[in-house]
Amino acid sequence: MALLETRNLTAFYGDFQALYGIDTMLERGETIAIIGANGAGKSTFLKTIAGLIHGADDSVLLDGAPIGAKPAAEIVRRGIALVPEGRRLFASLTVEENLLIGSYGRKARGPWTLDRVQALFPILKERRSSATPTLSGGQQQMAAIGRALMSNPRILLCDEISLGLAPIIIADIYASLPQIKAEGTSVVLVEQDIVQAMKVADRVYCFQEGRLSLSGRPRDLTREQIHRAYFGA
Amino acid sequence: MTGWLDALIQGALLGGLYALFAAGLSLMFGVMRLVNLAHGDLIVLAAFAILVVATKLGLDPFVAVILASPILFVIGFALQHVLLNRTLGRDLLPPLLVTFGLSIIVQNGLLQTFSADSQRLRSGAIETASIPLGGGIAVGVVPLLTLLSAIAVILVLNFIFYRTPVGRAFRATSDDLEVAQLMGIDINRIFATAMGVAFVVIAIAALFLGLRANFDPTIGPARLIYAFEAVIIGGLGSFWGTLAGGIVLGVAQTIGARIDPEWQILAGHLAFLLVLVVRPRGLFPRALD
Repeated sequence: MALLETRNLTAFYGDFQALYGIDTMLERGETIAIIGANGAGKSTFLKTIAGLIHGADDSVLLDGAPIGAKPAAEIVRRGIALVPEGRRLFASLTVEENLLIGSYGRKARGPWTLDRVQALFPILKERRSSATPTLSGGQQQMAAIGRALMSNPRILLCDEISLGLAPIIIADIYASLPQIKAEGTSVVLVEQDIVQAMKVADRVYCFQEGRLSLSGRPRDLTREQIHRAYFGA
Repeated sequence: MTGWLDALIQGALLGGLYALFAAGLSLMFGVMRLVNLAHGDLIVLAAFAILVVATKLGLDPFVAVILASPILFVIGFALQHVLLNRTLGRDLLPPLLVTFGLSIIVQNGLLQTFSADSQRLRSGAIETASIPLGGGIAVGVVPLLTLLSAIAVILVLNFIFYRTPVGRAFRATSDDLEVAQLMGIDINRIFATAMGVAFVVIAIAALFLGLRANFDPTIGPARLIYAFEAVIIGGLGSFWGTLAGGIVLGVAQTIGARIDPEWQILAGHLAFLLVLVVRPRGLFPRALD
């Protein structure tokens, strides 16, 4: 049984349909990447899994159990954490408080503690008392990833973690992925940077206007196939 | 000169009462962006509740409020969970309409139950006790206790907000409702907890309202106005600002009354308008809003 599966997943914003019948699968220990142009529905896909947008209960299965209609607070307790697009740190909390709130209301269960997260991203320890708006973009992204890890997720959903960052910072952030995976966490990446996505993903799904246009292992996909699935040309 | 100094001191003490009125409102707005039009009436309702507990059980109002606080926490929690949470969302109108309706229900319920007669909380000799400061100025013990309680309430609220996990959740929820849920925060529960805490503050405000002056079922809306003015003078999102706002309002009223007794209320409103003109975000706005 797959760790996470979406079956015929649809999503709506009011009357507007953003996703059409998406079938995906994430195995234990795997990293999958969702690629696609702006407005393809990638972020909506992650938000639906994380419980911010509700679909049919059996359209998202975690260990075979339906979670598609569960509220976000329950989904994180079941082991799925989202690093939202744009980081969205809590501005009135310090860096350390942002990390601590990631494990709100739960006893530490699992490898990720405050010390461990600060060891993964040492700058977060150095800047622990700072207000988050004073951090650089890269530091904010590290804090957002650290905050999600504090819930000790089985699945980490990352929405555009390279957005607006310098290549050297992106490399730093992606360098932390192997350590996260080593703790048994599976990863779903939404990424506009196709090269980066192909480098780290075991499998890639391409979305186009809310529909799944391509899926496969990076080494099996040709440049032309991806180009067609991405742009629809 | 002594008269003006006296007005200043009495105004600061009166400001303690306004800060107590405002602290609960500030908390509700700060956490759930709820503008509670029934706030003044809930204070009056709590004053009647303390009166009933004190009279029926033969207790001092100070003891009665300690007994009533956990009950009021539960009532506040339930009110938010069952009713007010349903009104919160993108549209600002439903919470305004529902709390306005609540205000009418509370006022009329109290009129029906207790009549329009003025009531007062009795606490023996302490009511009239005063401490002479010299130079012909004296401060009443109850007004002094009111200000000290306001400071204590704000210290405790600051402790809850900045030193406890639930306070962290209050601030996170206020910052970003959607991401707060991604942290596993049940926002309905957090809002209800905040309302429970606000109700305990309401109980303390009610105690001093009833000890300092007469109250009847219809005085709620005016208390709401003072509370709003104190919150806005102080700046949204800062409890110490709310205390300062209460004191500015109190001092303006007593100085106004010193000039002409008819000017008391007007002077408070003028001070409020002046702050709005000079510093529209209040005296101590939260830096990041």
